Amino acid sequence: MDLTKLTLIETIKGLKERQFSEVELNRAYRERMKKLNPSLNVYLWAKENGTEGIPAAIKDIIVTKDISTTAGSKILEGFVPPYNATAVDRLLEKNISVIGKTNCDEFAMGSSGENSAYGPTKNPWDLTKVPGGSSSGSAVAVASDMCVFALGTDTGGSIRQPSSLCGVVGLKPSYGRVSRYGAIAMASSLDQIGPLTKTVADARLVLEWISGKDGYDSNCQNSEFKVQSSELKKDLKGVRVGVPREYFGKGLDEGVEKVVREAIKKLEKLGAEVVEVILPHTEYGIAVYYIVMSSEVSSNLAKFTGIRFGKTRDKFGSEAKRRIMLGTFALSTGYYDDYFAKAAKVRTLIKQDFAKAFQKCDVIVGPVSPTTAWNLGEKVNDPLKMYLSDAYTIPASLAGIPGLSVPCGFSEGLPVGLQILGKYMDEETILDVAESYEQATSWRKVKPKL
Amino acid sequence: MKYEPVIGLEVHVELNTKSKMFCRCFADYFSKEPNTHTCPICLGLPGALPYTNKEAITKCIQIGLALNCKIVDLSRFERKNYFYPDLPKGYQISQYRWPLCVEGWLEVEDKEGNVSKIRINRVHQEEDTGKLTHSDGQTLIDFNRSGVPLVEIVTEPDFTDPSQVKDYAKKLQQIFRYLSVSNADMEKGDMRLEANVSVRPVGQKELPNYRVELKNINSFRFMTAAIEYEIKRQIEALEKGEKLTQETRGWNEDKRETYLQRSKEEAHDYRYFPEPDLPELKMKSEEERVKEEMVELPQAKMQRFVSEYGISKQNAQVLVELKEVGYYFEKAVKLGEAQQIKPQELANYIVNQKITLASQDQVLRAVEFIAAKRVGIIEDEAVIKKIVLEVIKKNPKSVEDYKRGKLNALQALIGGVMRKTQGKVNVEKVMVVLEKKLKSGDTP
Repeated sequence: MDLTKLTLIETIKGLKERQFSEVELNRAYRERMKKLNPSLNVYLWAKENGTEGIPAAIKDIIVTKDISTTAGSKILEGFVPPYNATAVDRLLEKNISVIGKTNCDEFAMGSSGENSAYGPTKNPWDLTKVPGGSSSGSAVAVASDMCVFALGTDTGGSIRQPSSLCGVVGLKPSYGRVSRYGAIAMASSLDQIGPLTKTVADARLVLEWISGKDGYDSNCQNSEFKVQSSELKKDLKGVRVGVPREYFGKGLDEGVEKVVREAIKKLEKLGAEVVEVILPHTEYGIAVYYIVMSSEVSSNLAKFTGIRFGKTRDKFGSEAKRRIMLGTFALSTGYYDDYFAKAAKVRTLIKQDFAKAFQKCDVIVGPVSPTTAWNLGEKVNDPLKMYLSDAYTIPASLAGIPGLSVPCGFSEGLPVGLQILGKYMDEETILDVAESYEQATSWRKVKPKL
Repeated sequence: MKYEPVIGLEVHVELNTKSKMFCRCFADYFSKEPNTHTCPICLGLPGALPYTNKEAITKCIQIGLALNCKIVDLSRFERKNYFYPDLPKGYQISQYRWPLCVEGWLEVEDKEGNVSKIRINRVHQEEDTGKLTHSDGQTLIDFNRSGVPLVEIVTEPDFTDPSQVKDYAKKLQQIFRYLSVSNADMEKGDMRLEANVSVRPVGQKELPNYRVELKNINSFRFMTAAIEYEIKRQIEALEKGEKLTQETRGWNEDKRETYLQRSKEEAHDYRYFPEPDLPELKMKSEEERVKEEMVELPQAKMQRFVSEYGISKQNAQVLVELKEVGYYFEKAVKLGEAQQIKPQELANYIVNQKITLASQDQVLRAVEFIAAKRVGIIEDEAVIKKIVLEVIKKNPKSVEDYKRGKLNALQALIGGVMRKTQGKVNVEKVMVVLEKKLKSGDTP
C-alpha cells in the first residue's frame, strides 16, 4: 500500500486500526518528498527525521515556532518566528505534524508562484507550466502526494486558483472563520487561512479543526465550524445552484468553459435546480481589489525595515515594490477619496451583488480560473494580464464569502476546478454540494504521472 | 495693530490599565527592565494581530463623559502610517475619522478669574510607541512602552491666554486622577501637552493661516512660558512684516526660548485608513454602562458640598482638589454628626489648617480636635464625676477589661461619656476623673 495516496480521513482510520504506524507514514512521505521536491520546488523547509503525527504542509507565510518562515521573500530569509499561528497550534493539538513549509509568491502576491524569491514551484501535471499561486507549494504538495493535506492562504484566490490548476480541493473559508493570527499579513481585510486537500471530506475536517473563536484575532469571533453529519447526501434535491452570467464572458477559455458547463449539468443531474443569477459589479472586482489590497499591503509591509529582523527593503521583489507604491499612492492626501474611499464603496456594491444573488440560490458556481495552467514565464512581464487571471476569485474575497475549488475535469490534459461560492459563514452548503459532485464523479482518482 | 493669541491644545494621557492596548502584556513599564513586557503583538512581529483592550475603551469613554462629550454610536480605529524606529508595525493604531468621543467642553479660568468655555473637538484612543535611548553614538529601543494605551484630547482653538491653558491642563490632570484612569504624572510622561499657537489682529474672525505647534514640553510651567514666548515672538515677527508658516517648535528652558524642530515641508502624510484588523466599536449601549459606573467629578462634588453641607464655595473648592480629601471630609462630617459638629466647622478647620486628609486617623483627630474646642462644654468636675460614675456602672465589662490591663477599655469608657454628653465635655478632665476612679477601686 502506498501510504501517500491516502486521504486524511483514510490516514486517520489506518492509524487507528493500526494498519500502519506513524513512523511508516512519515517515512513514506519523506521518501516521496526526497524524490519529487528537487524537480517541483515545493518545500522551502522540510523536516528531516519526522516520525510522529500526520504530516501536513504549511504555506511559508504562516508562522511556525522555531521553524524558519520566509513568506517567499528574501527580506525574511533566516527569520525564525518565536510563536505559532493559531491554525498551526490547533493542528498540532490534533496530532498533525509540520512536514514542511511550502513555497509561495512573495508575501502571497502572485497568481503563478513565479514571484517567490526562491524560484517557482512547478505544476506536477506539466513541469513547464505554472502551478498557480500564491499557495503554489501547498497545492502541488497535495497534488503530488508530498503531504496528507496543506494549509494555504487566500486573499484574492490564492487557495482556489492553484487548487484548480493542480487538481486538488481548496477551500477559502468565510472571512473571520479561521483566525489569521500568525498568517503574515498581505491584505488584512481579505486574507484567510484555509485547507488544500485530496478530498472535500478532508477539507471539511481540517476546517473544523482550524476554525473557531480566537482571542488573538478580533475578526474571528463567532466562527466555530462543526462537521454536521457523517452521512453524505447522495443527491442535490432542493439545492438551487446559481450560475452568474458574468463568469462566462470574454476571456474565459473555451476548453475550461466546456468542462465547467458539463460539471454544472452534472449538478443538475444530481437533482440541483440551476438558475441564472447576475453579479453586475463583477467587472470592477479587479480594480477595487488592486486598490484595497495594495493600500493594505503598503501598510502591512512597512514593518520590514531591516532594523530588527530580516533584510533591508531593497530585498523586496518587484511585485512587492509595485504594490507598495500603488497602495501608498492610493492612500495619499488628495487621492484617498478618489481611490481608497471609492474602492471601499464599490466593494460594498459587490457584497450586495452576492446578497441579492443568494436570494435566488444557495450556492453560486462557475470557473475558478479563466484558463488552465499557463507556461512558466508567459505572463511575468505583463502584470495586468496576470491580475486578470483572478477575475472570478476576487469578488468572493471582497465580499468575505466562502468559496472552494473542486476538480471537475481536464482541458488538454490540465486540471480544471469548479468554483462553488456560498453565503457568508455557510461553508456547510458548499462543502455538501462539492462532496456530492466529487463522489458522483471520479476526477479525484486521476493523479499526475510523476 | 493689536493682536490676540489663538491657542488650541492637544493632550496625550497614558492610561493605567492592567494590560496594553492591543495585547496582554503588562502596561506598567516604568523602571522595568527593557523589553521584558513584550510579545509578538507589541513587537510588531510578522503575523501578529491587535486585540482591543476593553478596559482602555471604558476609560477613554469616562474621560469623554467627564469632558461633556457625546459618545459616538459607531467608532473605528485607523492606521496612522509613518516610519520611526520606535514604531514597530510601521504604523500607529489610532483614531482619525471616527473618534470615540466628540463635541465636549470644559470651563476654565484665566488669571483674573474670568470663566470661559473651551470646546473639546474629540477624545480618541490610540497606542504609545516604544522608547528610544541615545547614548555613545548608539540608539537603544525599549518596547515595554510600545502599545500602552494612550488617549488624546484635542480642543478647538478657544484659548486666548496662557493662564487658561494652565488651568485647563490642571483641571484635566485632576479629572484623570479622580477617574483613576491615569497617574497623569507630567514628569514620567503620563501626560503630555502640545499647544498650537498663532496670533491674529483683534477683531479678525477667521483663524490665522498658519499655526506653530509646541511639542515635547513636560511641565505646566514650561508650557505656559513657551506659549507666552511664542505669542511675543509671533507678534514681533508680524509687526516686522514677516510671514509666519506652519512649524513645530520645542522649548529650551536654559535660554528660555522656543526653537524650530520641523518646518512644514517636512510634514508627514500619514495615509490614514480604517484598521482592517479591528472591527467597528459599537458604542450605543456602552455609554449607559460607563455612565452608571462614573465617579463624581470635582465640579459636581464641589457644588454638592456647597448645597448639601452649606459650606462656602472657596472651602469646597479646596476640599475637592484631591479626591481623597473630599472622601475623608465626608467621613469626618458623618463622624462629627454624633457630636453635633457642623460641616462648616470641619471645612474651616481643614482648609485653614491646610490639612491634607488622607487617612481615617486624620479624620478622627480632626473631629476630636473640633469637639474639644467647641463652646458649651461641660467643665464642672462635679458634673463630670457624676456622669463618669454612671458610665462605669453601666459598663462593668469595660472596667473589668481595664483592670486586666486592656488600654482599649479606657477608650470605650471615654466614648461612653462622650455619647452621654453628646460630645460636649472636656475630654482631658474626663480622662483624669476616670483614671482616678478606676485606680482607686472606687467602683461599684
